[in-house]
Amino acid sequence: MKLTSVTLAAALIGSAAFAAEVGPKEVKFNDDSAIEMSLTGVAGDAANGAVIMATRSKGNCVACHQITALSAPFQGNVGPSLDGASDRWSAGELRGLVVNAKMMFEGSVMPAFYRVDGFTRPGDGYTGKAGTEPLPPILTAQEIEDVVAFLTTLKDE
Amino acid sequence: VAMPVMSLADPDDDQLVINGDLEITTKAAAPAHMEETGIDTIMSGWHFRSDETQALEMDDFDNPGMIFVDKAIDTWNAVEGSAGKSCASCHDDPSSMKGVRAVYPKWNEEAGEVRTIAAQVNDCRKTRMGAETWKYDGDDMAAMEALITLQSRGMPVNVAIDGPVQAVWEQGKDLYYTRTGQLDLSCASCHEQNYGNMIRADHLSQGQINAFPTYRLKNAKLNTVHARFKGCVRDTRAETYKPGSSEFVALELYVASRGNGLSVEGPSVRN
Ligand code: HEC
Ligand code: HEC
Ligand code: HEC
Repeated sequence: MKLTSVTLAAALIGSAAFAAEVGPKEVKFNDDSAIEMSLTGVAGDAANGAVIMATRSKGNCVACHQITALSAPFQGNVGPSLDGASDRWSAGELRGLVVNAKMMFEGSVMPAFYRVDGFTRPGDGYTGKAGTEPLPPILTAQEIEDVVAFLTTLKDE
Repeated sequence: VAMPVMSLADPDDDQLVINGDLEITTKAAAPAHMEETGIDTIMSGWHFRSDETQALEMDDFDNPGMIFVDKAIDTWNAVEGSAGKSCASCHDDPSSMKGVRAVYPKWNEEAGEVRTIAAQVNDCRKTRMGAETWKYDGDDMAAMEALITLQSRGMPVNVAIDGPVQAVWEQGKDLYYTRTGQLDLSCASCHEQNYGNMIRADHLSQGQINAFPTYRLKNAKLNTVHARFKGCVRDTRAETYKPGSSEFVALELYVASRGNGLSVEGPSVRN
């Protein structure tokens, strides 16, 4: 099993870079709906985060949010503009928002990007066919970290 | 470059007049049963489309949906099946269908069920013509629905929601508010809470079905109500229901009732 060998390798070389991921079922929110710990232990790549946020098959955050720093066309307005998001939220809160925004905003229409079960009629991606839970999360742990890294660059000044 | 989309985002105030003389009611006071939704004006999806797309619906010579109506007239008169009959054998001219679109889905006493137009057409084909049924959301059905719908164009949608249909209507309402799929969104998430907003390049409408069937520029064909429902459910990363399923029939009845008061508008044009 892949996960086990990764964990083993981490134990052997003791490198944070190889630390086991926090799985979708293991994430822990604090009382402020934030997740303080990195999901991977690997620093997020903000540039890649920007790509993920504008890519339809990935975060597609621009479907609902306007982000001036992204050049993606047709940015939606179902959600608030994310400009200055890191003035409003800490990194932990931003991580919590991307993992499952319903912890912060009850009943939000914003999808949870790191949730794998408990859905009604879960599908197999966008095929319209049935999917089997646990589904793959919409974003991987590292992709979440990348998105969070990009969000923390969004300051108003 | 992020252009501000706000200016585009509100439904416009244009007036839909077809062929220069048929006035279509595209905004109306919400029916009483919608009081709890906070929506006081119901609006046709026409208001949420670009001027260019809107214009295609204002003249039947520009409306690509009308080609399918012509085809359906031929089908209407064609004898098919073991009984040697056509639609015309029993229903005379298509104009006999005036008023039908406005009140469907509707209770069928004999069958003891809520029937959509498509279900009724297939029932006529099977039991009265001895012909093969059509695919529920296929091209033949969409075209015949367009012909039947055209006869009621301009009449107010007026589906019954009480009496024998009430339980099915309630089921449809439950489905409308049920959040599905990995994106965990309901019809209401998009078409009640967010109509008027942009979701990526799409200007969200109220998801009304008064204008079906709809010719979509995107797939260059007529689209049925259930095909549209299926697409929207699929887009929540959910397992869809099947066109013609009891769930979609219930949802159609409920969504139709949210349009009570708008004009029958189909065949319409959308992007
Ligand atoms: C389907 C719509 C939708 C999508 C897709 C979406 N969001 Fe949101 N988001 C919202 C809404 C709506 C809110 C406001 C909270 C509420 O009222 O529910 C929000 C709130 C937020 C906030 C806090 C807002 C602030 O600046 O104060 C952040 C940060 C955020 N979203 C980030 C993201 C990221 C990152 C993605 C993609 C990975 C994303 N969102 C995808 C709808 C969406
Ligand atoms: C042999 C006779 C016969 C033929 C052929 C026939 N129908 Fe019918 N149709 C009926 C009868 C009778 C009803 C009333 C059924 C009922 O209420 O149960 C009906 C009802 C309908 C209705 C509902 C009308 C309303 O007022 O509610 C539609 C729509 C319809 N037919 C369409 C068609 C189409 C389209 C065709 C051809 C593809 C067709 N029918 C062929 C006999 C026929
Ligand atoms: C993720 C957002 C989303 C969800 C959830 C959603 N839709 Fe839609 N729907 C759209 C978009 C985008 C369009 C195209 C633009 C428009 O007309 O709103 C659309 C179009 C429609 C239309 C066509 C309207 C017209 O005038 O042509 C209908 C009908 C509709 N939706 C019904 C539904 C129903 C019923 C549900 C729930 C089963 C649903 N939608 C769920 C996004 C959504």
